[in-house]
Amino acid sequence: MSRPDQHKHGLVPGLVKGMATTARTMTSHAHTQEYPDVKPELPPRSRGVIALLAENCTSCMLCARECPDWCIYIDSHKETIPAGPEGGRDRQQNVLDRFAIDFSLCMYCGICIEVCPFDALFWSPEFEYAETDIRDMLHEKDRLGEWMATVPPPPATDPGAQ
Amino acid sequence: MSHDVVEVVLRAVCVLAAFLVLPLVVGQTEHKVMAHMQGRLGPMYPGGFHGWAQLVADGVKFAQKEDIVPIAADKRVFRLAPALGIVAYLLALAVIPLDAHVFGANVDDGLIWAIAVTGIGTVGTLMAGWSSGNKYALIGAMRSAAQLLSYELPLILSCASFAIAAGSLSLVGIAHAWTPWWLLWQLPGAIVFLVAATAELQRVPFDAPVADSEVVMGPYTEYTGLRFAFFLLAEYAGIVVMSLLLAVLYLGGWTGPFDGYLGWLWTLLKGFLFALIIIWMRVSWPRLREDQLQRVAWLGLVPLALLQLAITAVGVVLTA
Repeated sequence: MSRPDQHKHGLVPGLVKGMATTARTMTSHAHTQEYPDVKPELPPRSRGVIALLAENCTSCMLCARECPDWCIYIDSHKETIPAGPEGGRDRQQNVLDRFAIDFSLCMYCGICIEVCPFDALFWSPEFEYAETDIRDMLHEKDRLGEWMATVPPPPATDPGAQ
Repeated sequence: MSHDVVEVVLRAVCVLAAFLVLPLVVGQTEHKVMAHMQGRLGPMYPGGFHGWAQLVADGVKFAQKEDIVPIAADKRVFRLAPALGIVAYLLALAVIPLDAHVFGANVDDGLIWAIAVTGIGTVGTLMAGWSSGNKYALIGAMRSAAQLLSYELPLILSCASFAIAAGSLSLVGIAHAWTPWWLLWQLPGAIVFLVAATAELQRVPFDAPVADSEVVMGPYTEYTGLRFAFFLLAEYAGIVVMSLLLAVLYLGGWTGPFDGYLGWLWTLLKGFLFALIIIWMRVSWPRLREDQLQRVAWLGLVPLALLQLAITAVGVVLTA
């Protein structure tokens, strides 16, 4: 029944080794962080929540189209900027009316942040935004903007990076 | 006459109190010791100080749960089964002396009584598995019965060794006959007792009957609420009974410094030591396979127990 290589280590030493390991672990400090009392120290690249810097957004819709579960809602309209006194022509600009992310659908893949050509979206490590009503997980433009304050500065590049 | 009745009632109430408190102490110890052995903290919030009230909170939770009896179950047996385990260990606890005069009932053949009634607890498990009308429960109950049959023999043989060494079947008598020499002389018997008791309690590494990853808690699969809690209470009461029994048999019970008035404390501490070992084994060791489990009993424990019996007999004859 038993394979020959099992006899290399006797039964008793293995059992004693196991008990020694657990005893050693018991005398060392526990790894537990008592979360609600002790806040975790999260690395800057933690995927907690997505923040929006609305000034940078051009309503290009790239994020909304790349989103795998379509949880980004964007409404915008065009405004005409009249030509100056020196001649020239009227110009048009996109104005962002609504930018919302439904975090009940979001799967935190970060593709929207990667794809944004104008650096309007950022990861923030904040994660305490649970709601009792799932509809409150839809964060509108102003709420997404509030997360900007929690966005950490980008981590320094590794030594030797080019 | 009325004085006797008062004493009997008082002793019964004390045994019941010990039966309800000591298993919780062991359970809480298991929570904390197991957690720290795994690098965790264990319960920290219930009761404020290091989660001391965790098991009380668990009890409240169990009491609130719906009491479900499956349609396919043999309903009367199903309802009765949890009580059997509880009563068995309650009856066993009643005869275990904490001191020469601190016991529920002084039975002349206390050792036989304790061994006999603890066996009944397994009948409760068997009833639960059979009456549940569930395959997992039935497999678990069959394993449980097979385990009882194999491990009861070495358990009784090691107990017989203690009894022969002391020349008494009374637990008080055995503890009085104890000498430090027993620590070496009866060591194989104590190891056999500890292993066989762990197996009879279906604790790791002998938990194949209730293995949650194989047979989903075995005989307890269909139980919820208070009835399930009773099975858990019986398990921890079983640890208390077996640990105290071994403390009285092998470590001389209340023998120790100041045993004139601190004897009961010594018995409890010695029993607690064995309970700690049982917890420690659970954290450290993996589960034995069903055939390995039978192998340990018949090829390991029974010969060792017989050897101990022979050593004890020779020792008693030589010193008599």
